[in-house]
Amino acid sequence: MAQTKLQYKSWVPFAFLGPYLLLTSVFFLYPFINALVLTFYQTNGPKSRVFVGLGNFKYLLSDSTFHQALTNTTLFAIASVCLQLPLSMGLAILLNQGNSRLKGFFRLVLFSPNLVGQIFVGILFSVLFTPRYGLINRTVQGLVNWGLEERWLSNPVLVMPAIILTSLWLWVGFNMVYFLAALQSVDKSLEEAARIDGANAWQVFWHITLPSMRHVVVFVVIMSIIGSYQLFELPMALLSSTNGYGPDNSGLTVITYLNEVAFRSGDLGLGSAVGWVVALIIFTVSLIQIRLTKVVED
Amino acid sequence: MNPLQITLLALGATFLLLWAKSPKNPRYAWRFGRAVVLTLASVAVLAPFVWLLAAVFKDRSVLNEYMFFPPLADWSKKTMNLENFSRLFQGRPSVQGRVYFWQYVLNSTMLATVSTTAQLFFSSLAGYALAKYQFFGKKALMACMLGSMMIPGVLLLAPIYAMAVKFNFVDSLFGLMLPGLVTAYGIFLFRQACMAIPNELIEAGRIDGCSEFGIFFKLVMPLVRPMSAAFCLVSFLGNWNSFFAPNVFLHSQDKLTLPVVLNLYITQYENDYGVFLAGTALAMLPPAILFFALQREFISGLTSGAVKG
Repeated sequence: MAQTKLQYKSWVPFAFLGPYLLLTSVFFLYPFINALVLTFYQTNGPKSRVFVGLGNFKYLLSDSTFHQALTNTTLFAIASVCLQLPLSMGLAILLNQGNSRLKGFFRLVLFSPNLVGQIFVGILFSVLFTPRYGLINRTVQGLVNWGLEERWLSNPVLVMPAIILTSLWLWVGFNMVYFLAALQSVDKSLEEAARIDGANAWQVFWHITLPSMRHVVVFVVIMSIIGSYQLFELPMALLSSTNGYGPDNSGLTVITYLNEVAFRSGDLGLGSAVGWVVALIIFTVSLIQIRLTKVVED
Repeated sequence: MNPLQITLLALGATFLLLWAKSPKNPRYAWRFGRAVVLTLASVAVLAPFVWLLAAVFKDRSVLNEYMFFPPLADWSKKTMNLENFSRLFQGRPSVQGRVYFWQYVLNSTMLATVSTTAQLFFSSLAGYALAKYQFFGKKALMACMLGSMMIPGVLLLAPIYAMAVKFNFVDSLFGLMLPGLVTAYGIFLFRQACMAIPNELIEAGRIDGCSEFGIFFKLVMPLVRPMSAAFCLVSFLGNWNSFFAPNVFLHSQDKLTLPVVLNLYITQYENDYGVFLAGTALAMLPPAILFFALQREFISGLTSGAVKG
């Protein structure tokens, strides 16, 4: 359709976009450029700074605390993808087969932890992990006859398992909602045809159902990896007695490290450098997603 | 062997029994297994909430004595009372004078409602413009906006903090809200919703002499109402539960929000965790109420960005 004459004055769209353009240039564009600049400085609080070139990145390369943070966070990301997503998928499949009223109820219940902020979940679970009396210690003892006196949050070996366990409680239901929505849009006649041709339940799932929902699976995997690298509030509240570090830095994440160097020690430059490392990881993962989606499409 | 293990073993045995009875057609076994797994998962999810509910009403002296609620026979003023809440609300001394818990509830409410309202207004305004107007640089703007969604917020926090210190809007609720008044994510959602509105409707509005803003406000906004409800919920939850930025920006005791102050209470009330659990339980209430009132919109809004068709 050829538009002969605009039916509105040409400044109208800019008036609508005005607040966004203004706010985004002040609070996104300017800080974004400033984040680039800050990376090359060592700062002591927001007011004094010294040019150090690539010194911040050099420091990160040699800082064992940062390495520990990166290792912990990567471990958490792997656990998220390998434990959380299969569980979410399993529950979604079970849920997808029943009648719709019960489906709604279970979906609501399993999703409910996500209403609660991570910090509140962390506070609640820090008490649930109490030795001898904590709900989790008692339950684990009941299940496997071990762990009643275990100090989950002050034993370096058990800190990451405790964080992962809490994250399972929090996010299994969240990813399940996505998988459930995807399962409902899978073509039923395809599955039916495969079944008539003699495929068993596992074959139908692996060759028909999973490929039909590949976009959502890729999306959820990437989102959980990105989310994992931004893990901060959960360990912060769980391990609040050690400022989120955990014993021997066993619960330290990249963002906890950023929070520490930038806002507690006041080196915003080093903080920006850590921010860029996180951004780079997220950017790479997103690029992989775009690639994967294209591969999957062909 | 304890009762828990025996119950689980019995459930497993029943499943195998049902399976063995008709291996050709294990429909009943599946149905049984499915019900058991879903029920166990729900119990696991709900148990911490039930435990929390019990803990906030239990007296300090019996907090560890009973796993959940005390048996009804032991139910008395000595075991179940509102002690935790009264200690929570009696306030704590600080540099800014005695600060009461109400102050934090008020701060969090302010932050969440004002931010949500502003985000709804500005995001829908920009989203509509991107969906329904032609103008110079539209494609470039769209690309920049989508690109900006890939930048993690933590990267910007340090430079924004430096700016806040420079221009003196640090340590104020309003200063905290300022950087987040409009979100690229919100604009994107509203753009998608506005695309679905037929152009004829907007032109009809113009012919009837409605102003451009009038069309947006009176014609378009009512049409994208389901989207608005979902967006408001997600945005309210995000602001109510946010911790990182408020923890960095706010310093004075009387300006903190609930997540920040409750995180401090873990160490301040170390041996008296009934108190900060009572606060946590209260902080969980508003999102829960909102969610149960609007849960259909919520889940549809959550998945609308990801799942097509």
